[in-house]
Amino acid sequence: MGQKVLLNSKEVNIILHRLACQLIENHTNFENSVLIGIQPRGIYLAERISKILEEEYHLQKIKLGALDITFYRDDFRRSDKPLEANKTKIDFIVEDKRVVFIDDVLYTGRSIRAALTAIQSFGRPKDIELLTLIDRRFSRHLPIQPDYNGRQVDSINEEKVKVHWKENEGEDAVYVINK
Amino acid sequence: MSELSVNHLLGIKYLQKEDIELIFQTADHFKEVINRPIKKVPSLRDITIANLFFENSTRTRLSFELAEKRLSADVINFSAASSSVKKGETLIDTVSNILSMKVDMVVMRHPNPGAGIFLSRHVNASIVNAGDGAHEHPTQALLDSYSIREKLGGVEGKKVVIVGDILHSRVALSNIFALKLQGAQVKVCGPKTLIPKYIESLGVEVEPNLRKALEWCDVANMLRVQNERMDISYFPSTREYIQLFGLNKAMLDSLSKKIVIMHPGPINRGVEITSDVADSDQAIILDQVQNGVAVRMAVIYLLASKIKQ
Repeated sequence: MGQKVLLNSKEVNIILHRLACQLIENHTNFENSVLIGIQPRGIYLAERISKILEEEYHLQKIKLGALDITFYRDDFRRSDKPLEANKTKIDFIVEDKRVVFIDDVLYTGRSIRAALTAIQSFGRPKDIELLTLIDRRFSRHLPIQPDYNGRQVDSINEEKVKVHWKENEGEDAVYVINK
Repeated sequence: MSELSVNHLLGIKYLQKEDIELIFQTADHFKEVINRPIKKVPSLRDITIANLFFENSTRTRLSFELAEKRLSADVINFSAASSSVKKGETLIDTVSNILSMKVDMVVMRHPNPGAGIFLSRHVNASIVNAGDGAHEHPTQALLDSYSIREKLGGVEGKKVVIVGDILHSRVALSNIFALKLQGAQVKVCGPKTLIPKYIESLGVEVEPNLRKALEWCDVANMLRVQNERMDISYFPSTREYIQLFGLNKAMLDSLSKKIVIMHPGPINRGVEITSDVADSDQAIILDQVQNGVAVRMAVIYLLASKIKQ
């Protein structure tokens, strides 16, 4: 099993700042916007972006939530291993808000499809955008594209893209792993 | 663990400790779901569930039906009173007929102990026991433990007393199995005639004095006297039962600590507990009912995930 580094810690940091700035361009003071991290891996990126917005760009009270999509997935009873649920934590109303979905890797687009259904249980958002750190292009099963994108990567299906975070794996880095 | 060790929920007896933990973790997620503005998830949209009730039920049937609908399953209901069972059809025939209409899961309440186990050996569907005679009522025990865990932060090491008609109670037996499996201490309290002979073999102590039992416990689960299952008189009069085993507010307030009061319903107000106890802030009876939906959603979801296409 070989693996190569796609992004190192410095590159991840630059990209996070660029993504934060692109969000500010579109959402100014985030008064009517909410950030939603997609469970399980999207929450780390969402927390990072929200931290940069608050600490380095002095935006107050960024609304941040976590959305679990397990019960909305289209592969229930189809995948070999059982689906494990995670916590959903959205303690605000998304009705009429501008929602930004945040996930680490965009691959087939099926998770985002599920998230689009799941978020409706919390109200009718004004609009929904998608921010991803890695976009595995040419591997989409659905017509879903990111609005904000860290890095595009061409990878074959046998490869796996794994994002490491300081909080969890002890380093910020993105790897492409050959199974 | 992310999968149940069983394909049917026939009784707590057949579960492992890890199964109960998995059910509770999953129920936590569903409890969040049922408190959303839209209380429904699409997981089970390709699953059909038959609710077969060969015995009367209000709360359990509604709770199961609601749980199934909140998971987007298709639901059919059947009650023995208005069916061909009255014409002499056997249980296997009744169920086979229903299953031939492509039903994936059966939730069944039946007056005969072991009916669910019998059925699970003869039909090809996932079976959930919603009460079989005086044997087991696993989802009730799960929701009781879940409510204790929610109120007291855990079940392990807690002291629980089950008061009343233990002999005829499937709730008592399932609760004893569930509580012991999770490491709680259990005592039973009631008229000697309503305590099964070999109850100690389950690792349960008998405490004939209600006040002593209540002073000892953290949680008291007050059961109903099941007059409908009594073929003979087990105690001289209801009045005497109330005096010896009925819980009133004066006794509750005189205890040295605040205990949690549970009741599986339906309550006979003024018999096993008085109205002011049932409505007091120490009673978690309505929490039990709400948790029942979340726990049943978890059970159905986890069993359905094992039905392969």
